[in-house]
Amino acid sequence: MRHLLSAADLSLDDALLVLDTATELATVTDRSVKKLPTLRGRTVVNLFFEDSTRTRISFEVAAKRLSADVINFAAKGSSVSKGESLKDTALTLEAMGADAVVVRHHASGAPHRLATAGWIGGSVVNAGDGTHEHPTQALLDAYTLRRHLRGGSGDLAGLRVAIVGDILHSRVARSNVLLLRTLGAEVTLVAPPTLMPFGVETWPCATGFDLDDALDGLDAVMMLRVQAERMHAAYFPSTAEYSRRYGIDARRLALMPEHAIVLHPGPMNRGMEISADVADSERAVMVEQVANGVSVRMAVLYLLLGGQKEGSP
Amino acid sequence: MSLVLRGVRPYGEEAVDLVVADGLIVEVAPAGTGDGRVLDADGLVALPGFVDLHTHLREPGREDAETVLSGSQAAALGGFTSVHAMANTDPVADTAGVVEQVWRLGQAAGLVDVRPVGAVTVGLGGERMAELGAMADCAAAVRVFSDDGKCVHDAVLMRRALEYVKAFDGVVAQHAQEPRLTEGAQMNEGALSGRLGLAGWPAVAEEAIIARDVLLAQHVGSRLQVGHVSTAGSVEVIRWAKGRGVDVTAEVTPHHLLLTEDLVASYDPVYKVNPPLRTAEDVAALRAALADGTIDAIATDHAPHPHEDKDCEWGAAAMGMLGLQTALGVAIETMVEPGLLSWRQLADRMSVTPARIGRVSTQGHDLVVGAVANITVIDPSARTVVEPTALASRSRNTPYAGRTLPGRVLHTLYAGTPTVLDGALA
Repeated sequence: MRHLLSAADLSLDDALLVLDTATELATVTDRSVKKLPTLRGRTVVNLFFEDSTRTRISFEVAAKRLSADVINFAAKGSSVSKGESLKDTALTLEAMGADAVVVRHHASGAPHRLATAGWIGGSVVNAGDGTHEHPTQALLDAYTLRRHLRGGSGDLAGLRVAIVGDILHSRVARSNVLLLRTLGAEVTLVAPPTLMPFGVETWPCATGFDLDDALDGLDAVMMLRVQAERMHAAYFPSTAEYSRRYGIDARRLALMPEHAIVLHPGPMNRGMEISADVADSERAVMVEQVANGVSVRMAVLYLLLGGQKEGSP
Repeated sequence: MSLVLRGVRPYGEEAVDLVVADGLIVEVAPAGTGDGRVLDADGLVALPGFVDLHTHLREPGREDAETVLSGSQAAALGGFTSVHAMANTDPVADTAGVVEQVWRLGQAAGLVDVRPVGAVTVGLGGERMAELGAMADCAAAVRVFSDDGKCVHDAVLMRRALEYVKAFDGVVAQHAQEPRLTEGAQMNEGALSGRLGLAGWPAVAEEAIIARDVLLAQHVGSRLQVGHVSTAGSVEVIRWAKGRGVDVTAEVTPHHLLLTEDLVASYDPVYKVNPPLRTAEDVAALRAALADGTIDAIATDHAPHPHEDKDCEWGAAAMGMLGLQTALGVAIETMVEPGLLSWRQLADRMSVTPARIGRVSTQGHDLVVGAVANITVIDPSARTVVEPTALASRSRNTPYAGRTLPGRVLHTLYAGTPTVLDGALA
């Protein structure tokens, strides 16, 4: 595998290899010296056209723990003229000898374009593109699910997961549906009909409009952030109504089995899609998701840049 | 001095000599008997010169993308003898001054009859009617009015425009796109747009405007031209309207006859166009509608864009495709070779009917004695690989790069004068 553009790029074996590699690499984090020499002399560029402190930092920490040189390139909106920015930036990075480009972009397909337009020769890792995909988020979610619910190894066969909220605009949901399905989980998307993507019936998952109905028998529920701009675009009448119908609170938490966990890709809107008491409960694993993100991104960079797939890190 | 198209087959029928003098066809003689300077056209197909109802020549304002001259060259090489230059230039062609400028540039280029299209509303703003009468009365004699690129979405304004142009036998060519339903739209709305995470451009946004407009046109007794029809539903609406006697005509682009939305999965902006590429079902419906006359004409929507506006990520890219030099090949591949249109019917869809819709009296004539000698001579057996850098356009945004298209324009005669000989500008 040369690039990671979509969760659909990952076969079951690929996905398990990333998760297993991440499990091994996670032990590095527990050491006093949190560093491996694996990617010494390699250059990883974090190319972020959108603000994303947590994802950028996560990739930065991951690359640094593998001893890669890290360049953070924030090409924010207005300072770069439209269109030219991506190509010219790519050519610049290519000239600097980037081995991998981790790209976050507001346009769906921008990482795909970066990987296929012939502008650069290095690996491209999609760190979130528009409303398309965010494959490393799905990997860290799968890793978290596996750790909590499957003892930290193997696939996710039979696991029941609901993804709740703004599916229409969510790259997290798209990547998770693809990856969790590959790993054998059963995914149900829950959203008001206005926030369901067109053609969602062709996706490899179930859908529902009623959160209470969906919670019964779940192993995990993944709450999605509702972007502020959606709140004013007639997708739903009011934040209060959204919260009542699609937010998770203590009552709804009790509708799930005891072992079920709550995930959220962050940042959370407390009181909107998730109540404060659920966010702070022991069954919410958001802080752990962040830590797992580093391990998973280490694994992705290691596998894309480290060369051989076999052998231990 | 007269010119003889020796052994040419008008409409692919019996070989004759077409003799041209003083800008007219003066004789249709038995093959080998015509007298004059001979252009060998043995076995080639002659059609009346093509008339494009929908061309973006970009001048004034975006001469980096195309000029009236470069667009005229592309048109002539594509077998066209007339093009309608869309109004979304900078400044917008919303005054007699601008349309006259474009018209004069066309005259100066001298390769095709450049018919300027006038904007319906001032600055394409969709709020105030432009001085349509002044544009109609000036030297450019505008008959087609369009805010193309933008929809005349205000129902009252559309009604008034439809009514107003009756005074000079004009027609409003609508860009049917309900604006609110297509805010930020990037591609056809369907399962694929959902998967690719690209904002959808639903078919209903086109169909709803067409439905409204055919009813308006009937109500006020005006004629209506529907631009770049792209969906099966639009075809049904137009068919229904024609059945009710509404004076509506419609065009389809070559790319909507051939290409489908799955090309968008490459995220290559060369496939970004408005209206967007649709589904295979839509393509089939459009071909059938063009064959049965529900759709009246092929129009290219030739839309040049400079390289930097396509060599970027999908979301930042401009919408549009080149079309003038590939229209015939696509038409042959999608309509003639499958047997959906005869050569004579193709001449109707690419010349006779568009000339009638645009009220261009010197174009779209049958190949008979006395007709203005606007003639396209085609080698139907040729196959051409589309090479973007070989196109006459200043831009390179053809979606057919590397594709082999059937047929080749060998000669084009514009008012009796060769503009293209042996596939090159004369």
